[in-house]
Order: sequence, then C-alpha cells, then structure tokens
Amino acid sequence: MKTEFILLAAKAVNEAILASEAEIESLDREIGDGDHFINIKRGCATIVGMHDELAALTPDAALQKIGMKLLSTIGGASGPLIGSFFIAMAKTVKEQGAESLPEIAAAFAAGVEAIKHRGKADVGEKTMLDVLIPVSHTFTRLAGEGFQRPALFEVIKREAEQGMLATRDMIATKGRAAFLGERAIGHIDPGAKTSQVIITTLCDLAAK
Amino acid sequence: MKKFINQIDDLLVESLSGFAAAHHDLISLHLDPNYLTRAQKPRNKVALISGGGSGHEPLHTGFIGYGMLDAACPGHVFTSPTPDQMMAAAEAVENGKGVLFIVKNYAGDVMNFEMAAEMLPFENATVITSDDVAVENSTYTTGRRGVAGTVIVEKCVGSLAETGADLAACKTLGDKVNRRTASMGVALTSCIVPAAGRPTFEIEKHELEMGVGIHGEPGRRRETMRSADEIVADLMHAILEDLKPASGSEALLMVNGFTGTPLMELYVLYHSAAKLLERHGMKVSRSLVGDYTTSLEMAGASITVCLLDDEIRQHWDSPVQTAALRWGR
Repeated sequence: MKTEFILLAAKAVNEAILASEAEIESLDREIGDGDHFINIKRGCATIVGMHDELAALTPDAALQKIGMKLLSTIGGASGPLIGSFFIAMAKTVKEQGAESLPEIAAAFAAGVEAIKHRGKADVGEKTMLDVLIPVSHTFTRLAGEGFQRPALFEVIKREAEQGMLATRDMIATKGRAAFLGERAIGHIDPGAKTSQVIITTLCDLAAK
Repeated sequence: MKKFINQIDDLLVESLSGFAAAHHDLISLHLDPNYLTRAQKPRNKVALISGGGSGHEPLHTGFIGYGMLDAACPGHVFTSPTPDQMMAAAEAVENGKGVLFIVKNYAGDVMNFEMAAEMLPFENATVITSDDVAVENSTYTTGRRGVAGTVIVEKCVGSLAETGADLAACKTLGDKVNRRTASMGVALTSCIVPAAGRPTFEIEKHELEMGVGIHGEPGRRRETMRSADEIVADLMHAILEDLKPASGSEALLMVNGFTGTPLMELYVLYHSAAKLLERHGMKVSRSLVGDYTTSLEMAGASITVCLLDDEIRQHWDSPVQTAALRWGR
C-alpha cells in the first residue's frame, strides 16, 4: 500500500459516500439522531482536503496524520473511534510495512481492534463493527492462505454486505440506537451501512 | 427560536470571549484549540482539567480558579471537546505533579479524554463522575451519567490539589466523593440546541420528565405535573435508595437549576428536600442552591445529595475563588 493508494481511496470513498447520502440519512433518521451523515461527510471532505500535505508523506505518516486530524474535526464519539482506527493502522504499518496483502490485512485488523477497544463493543451490537470485524477476519484468513486479488476482494465485499444486512434483526446495545431497545429491530444500522459502502469502494479500488 | 445570536457559528467563541473578558482577573482564554486556564499558572500542584459540551454553564468554565480547576475544555453545544484541546490545556497548566482529568460519564466525553490521556507526555489519571441515579442506561452512554454532582467533585479535589497532594491522592478523593454523591433531575420544559433551532423533545403543558438528563435525554418516565413536595419525594426516594445513608449521616444538599426555573422555586425544592432528609434522621449541614449545571434554557432542576465525612466537609469548606463559586478568600 502506497501513499498514492491512500489518496485515491480518500477520493473514491468521498464520492461513494456522497452518492449514498439519501440511503444513509434515511437509516440514521430511523434509529440514530440524524447527525451521522454530516459527521461522515465532514470527515471525508477533511481527508480529501489534506491531499497535498499527505502526498509528501510515507503511508504510515499519512495514516497517522489522517487519524489525528479526524480526532479534532469529527468530535463526539465518532471522532475517537475513527481516529483510533487510523492511528492504530499507522502504527502497524510503521512497524511491519504494508507491501504484501497479509501485512495490509494485519494493519486493517489493528485498526478494527482499536475501534473495538475504544468503543468497548463487539460483533452483534448493531454497529459498524458488525461489518468491520467479519471483514477483518476474512481478509486476514484469505491473505494468509495466499488468495490473490481480485478474488479475495470479491469475497470481502460479500462479507461486508452480509454483516451490514445482519444488523437489521439486531437489538442495539451500543451507540445511539441503544435507547430504542426493541424498536430498532427491522432497521439496518447506519454506521454498518456506511462501513459497507466504504469497504466495497476500497475493494473495487484494490482489485484493479 | 428566540436567542441572542449574531452568527450561529460564532456563538461559542463569542460566549467564551465574553466570559474571559468579564473574568479577566481569573481567566485566560486560548482559541483553536479552545481551552481556558487560570490567569496565573499555578505551581507545585496537580493540574485539574475538566471539560465537556457547552450549554451547561457555569460548568466547567465557571469553576476555573483557586481551589477548583486549572483548566477547562469546552466543546460545541452538547458535544464532547476533542483530544487536541485537552492536550493543549494540559501542556499549558501541567507543572510537574501530573494531570487529573475530571470527566462526566458520557461515551463521547470518556473516549475523547481517554485518547488525550493516552497521548499525554505527563503522568495523568482520570476521575469519571456518574452521580445520576435516574437511569442505568441512557441515550448518551451505557452506565450512569455524570451531572450536577460533578461540581462537588471538582470543588473537593480542587481543594486537596491546592495543598500539594499528589496525583494518586487527588484521584482517590475524586472517586470517593463521586461514590458518595447521587443526583436526579426533573424537566418541566425542553431546551433548544441553537444549531438545531427546535426543542430537543416535546413535552405538554401539564407534563414533566422525571429523571431527565442534562441534554434533554429521556429519563425514567413522563408524568403529569404534581406538587413540589410530591416531585421532591420521588427524586429523593431514588437518591436515598442509591446512597442508602445510615441514620445520623451528615449531608451536603444541592438544588441545581437547569436555567429556566427561578431561584424562588429552587428554594421551595430545597425546603422540601431538607425536611425530607431530616425525617430520615439525616443532618443537612451544607447546601448549594442555584444554577450550576444547566441545560440551555430548560426549566427544571436536579437534587444532589453528597454524604459528608470530615475529609469531604473540610474540602468543601475551604477557600475557593472562581467565577461561579467564591468563598473564604
């Protein structure tokens, strides 16, 4: 993974998120408090706006910079969660590099672990982790088994979609939907949907 | 919505600037990242830093000064401040004895302070306040919320820190005061978050929200308006159920207004609550009545009981000189 990929990914994710605005907003109106999309949009625009300063950096330094910037711009609970993801990923990339697929999978797994740790949440709580944790496990396993692109990324995309859809039948125990109790059943979690859009976009980009 | 606003995006900074100007003898304001400190940098003491969403004034900025906080980090209205604010504030006030963060128990606040604590190059610790007995699980956190009792924690730990006590001792006292403090609130009207422009929740003229949080989050239940004595009895029942004070216990009784309720009515609540505590065989030896942990323009109030012992009483009584609390100096 080169810095160039991070920059391309930022641009592609920003476009994909904007294209999903109506869908994500409507999910958040149903079971969130209506500010999820605004926060995500602000985060994406911030990273895209950092293009020139990131271009000069190594991948780990770019990820670290993104994490710190998101921490101070997104705020609320999302800032520390997303910021922790990038900062943990940066640390792993710095320590072991991010040339091979297993190395990239390990960095991604470190980021997801950081979100779990920060949010004290796990799979099954109707959050973004219902997409990110299965994706991370599958990525690590397939990369370890020597799967290559594009087959590997097709499997991950399916995993992300299944994880997102699975949140529909869950009761939320973390995040803003938690106070709705059983009323949240039947609604897909907006954070899971956003994560699935991002993972799908990254897979399409990486498969090329 | 009728509010005194120039541009909505300027509201926070103009308010902070006005506060700092009005109290220039006590306060220094730093913008971008936003934090406020005492006008004079203290020496040889644990640096006490708090912070949280704005809209609860005087919490926390009004408690910066001798005998209480060294710095506070205000976030946007009802939104946690970010780690860069906390780190910059810590950098400004740390003076060799470490940093103690005092944080109200809300997911966003806890996570942001946690990240700052991990990145800070100083010895540090955190006291998390969780005095609200209304709900075990609320909209904004899993676990009890931190509300008006935070003021008592900040006052007592602030007093101890002034004596040159070390970080561990300050943390221990903060946790102890939090454990011995319980609060519950009731709302008569909603509040209006300026950026949203409409009431956070709908409430009919004849209704009250029992157990409301300081952001207008739902409480225990929606009820029909009743007499002050009946409302106080419900609040006190929940508080005493939680504290389970022994007969003869000594208490600090705090009646906190959310802004929209006149002081005249707060004293009605105090009168009722104090009598009730005395009927329980308790001795109310200290009091605090007024708007200390507010919720924008919400009408309503919370009651807080802190079980005193010699140590807590001594630190409550000691001199304090801040914008919102000032005695003995």
